[in-house]
Amino acid sequence: MLKLLNWVPLLPFFGFLILTLSSQGFSRLLAPWVGIGSVGISALLVFLIGFEFQHGPMQPYRLVMGSWIAIDGLSIPFGLYLDALSMTMLYVVTGIGLLIHVYSAEFMECDPGYPRFFAYMNLFVSAMLVLVLADNLVLLYLGWEGVGLGSYLLIGFWYEDRDNGYAARKAFVMTRIGDTALALGLLLLYTQLHTFDIQSLMLQAAHQWTPGALIAIVSASLLLGGAVGKSAQLPLQTWLPDAMAGPTPVSALIHAATMVTAGVYLIARTHELFILAPTVQFAVAMIGVVTLLISGCSAIVQTDIKRILAYSTISQIGYMFLALGVGAWSSAIFHLLTHAFFKALLFLAGGAVIFCVHHEHNIFKMGGLRKTMPLTFWSFMIGSAALSALPFTSGFYSKHEILLAAFDNSSVLWAAGCLGAVITGIYSFRLVFVVFFGSQSPVVEKKFGRFMSTPLILLSILALFGGMLHIPLDSVFPAVFYPNHEHPLVSAITVAAPLLGLLIAVLFYLNGTVSAQHLANFKWVEPIRQFLLTGWGIDSLYDSLLVQPFKLIAQHNKNDAIDRPYLGIAWLSRKLHCMASASQTGRVRWYAGSMALGAVVVIAIGLLS
Amino acid sequence: MEQGLLLSAMLFALGLLGVLVRRNLIMILMSLEVMLNATGLAFVVAGSRWGQADGQIMFLLILALAAAEVGVGLGLALHIFHRFATLDADSINEMQG
Repeated sequence: MLKLLNWVPLLPFFGFLILTLSSQGFSRLLAPWVGIGSVGISALLVFLIGFEFQHGPMQPYRLVMGSWIAIDGLSIPFGLYLDALSMTMLYVVTGIGLLIHVYSAEFMECDPGYPRFFAYMNLFVSAMLVLVLADNLVLLYLGWEGVGLGSYLLIGFWYEDRDNGYAARKAFVMTRIGDTALALGLLLLYTQLHTFDIQSLMLQAAHQWTPGALIAIVSASLLLGGAVGKSAQLPLQTWLPDAMAGPTPVSALIHAATMVTAGVYLIARTHELFILAPTVQFAVAMIGVVTLLISGCSAIVQTDIKRILAYSTISQIGYMFLALGVGAWSSAIFHLLTHAFFKALLFLAGGAVIFCVHHEHNIFKMGGLRKTMPLTFWSFMIGSAALSALPFTSGFYSKHEILLAAFDNSSVLWAAGCLGAVITGIYSFRLVFVVFFGSQSPVVEKKFGRFMSTPLILLSILALFGGMLHIPLDSVFPAVFYPNHEHPLVSAITVAAPLLGLLIAVLFYLNGTVSAQHLANFKWVEPIRQFLLTGWGIDSLYDSLLVQPFKLIAQHNKNDAIDRPYLGIAWLSRKLHCMASASQTGRVRWYAGSMALGAVVVIAIGLLS
Repeated sequence: MEQGLLLSAMLFALGLLGVLVRRNLIMILMSLEVMLNATGLAFVVAGSRWGQADGQIMFLLILALAAAEVGVGLGLALHIFHRFATLDADSINEMQG
């Protein structure tokens, strides 16, 4: 069964090819079958492979699909590498991917670009599978760029709207900054260690470099740059909220469950390198903490349902970075897994709300949806509970692990993480209370059917009980030493933090004991709200710091000296053209005369020479 | 011998002059005929000088060419007259750069 591993990324790719190459009318009928079928079979394969893998010796398995680049001394194969880490990622990508594909079959049904949607989704899933299965950094980079392409295509899926195209380009360019760092990083690793194979790279690095060596720090920072761009962490996080311009299933699959966690996967995959560079590892933790606080605060004031979820995604990935930074590798992957469950659930439920209230995104124009949409309400409730890590939901287990690991490392990191948990509680239940409680109720125009409700139910179950899953990552990561004497007060505060957030949300948005309206009356509140609403003004900061100066330079540089000769050539040929064109008078006699003159000249030359 | 070539050259020059100075399309076509015949005459004269039949064969070919040319040319002239109601070559100058 393990031999069939190569079909896991290939099947969605074939799905993409079939959907792209077949004609419009044909593929419209075919689209859901091919789109869901390819991912479905590949998910089935993953589960069979996973069963065999976990009941086997848990040895890493390698499969070479063929040679990609083979130049003198350098050979890069299409090599797949399966260990517990990539197995976990396979479960996430194909399992969640399948549920989201099924959901999209109904969600996107009336869209004219239905086949195109499934083609792009299949392309994305295939690239993501290549990314997590790659055994060398170049193949990983291929998948890394492939998911970037898929993300770009799907954010700009409704390309008729200029804003969507802008959002797609923004996401592409912002992640490209990180990707450049990643490319430099892997080339640097190659020049130092003469191989692209991840496992031997890590082995040699640990062998040859001393901890804290400059080369280790530089290469780890470059890889971190790539991870920061892809995972939308500070300072490259501004693309993710805009990426919500894409269809909601896309946000669920790419911008919540899979692609944005690729950075976490990359750091976990190359964790030996980060252990060799403790400063960079600490930077990972700091980036995570700062990002989770900043984006959490932004999430509190957003009014667009999808933007709230986007900021919350950035914040939760901040937790994963925090876990990576404090060396709790498996906790980070565990949080990645549970986050994929509950965030995909939240996005799909949010999509169902948007679907039913006729594409309204503003949460304050919703309200009282609890009675009209009970299934969506309960899924959203479960998702929010897991997101804010209320006890006994899946998010609780993973976040608790992360925060305790952070406490071992530094109490400041832990305190910031707990503050973040309070904020998470506030914004997630603010969302629930505003959308589903209250009196005002918009007209629910449509009902959705089985294709959309089944994924919601399955994901709800996973989001509730996903914390019980035991992922056997001990074979991949170095054992983390957890102190036995767990501080009871620390544990208590960690558990209580989200509850405090919930309480605040209840007071503000359910009870009305403290009204947010009342708070808005203070003069100093509004500027802060605006500041947070724009994501701490980072977009305008980049605009004035980078975009405007660049435009200014470009403006000045538009007519430089080098252009002159080329402009001269253009001028000369235009003049020649005018002259030649003037000789074409349209008069027959003029032509006959010129021919006679020409003949005389030619004959004269012939006679006289 | 020389007289023949001289006559042919004069005819050719007259024909060319006609093509260049006449404005009526029919007259231009007729002048072209004169030029063709001048060439034919030159061939015949040259053929008789070398005592070979090639010159006369060439003249037959030129006759066929001239017939074809006149057929096409008159057809075009007819069409132009239908379309522009004039045969003045100078006033039909729409195809200019």
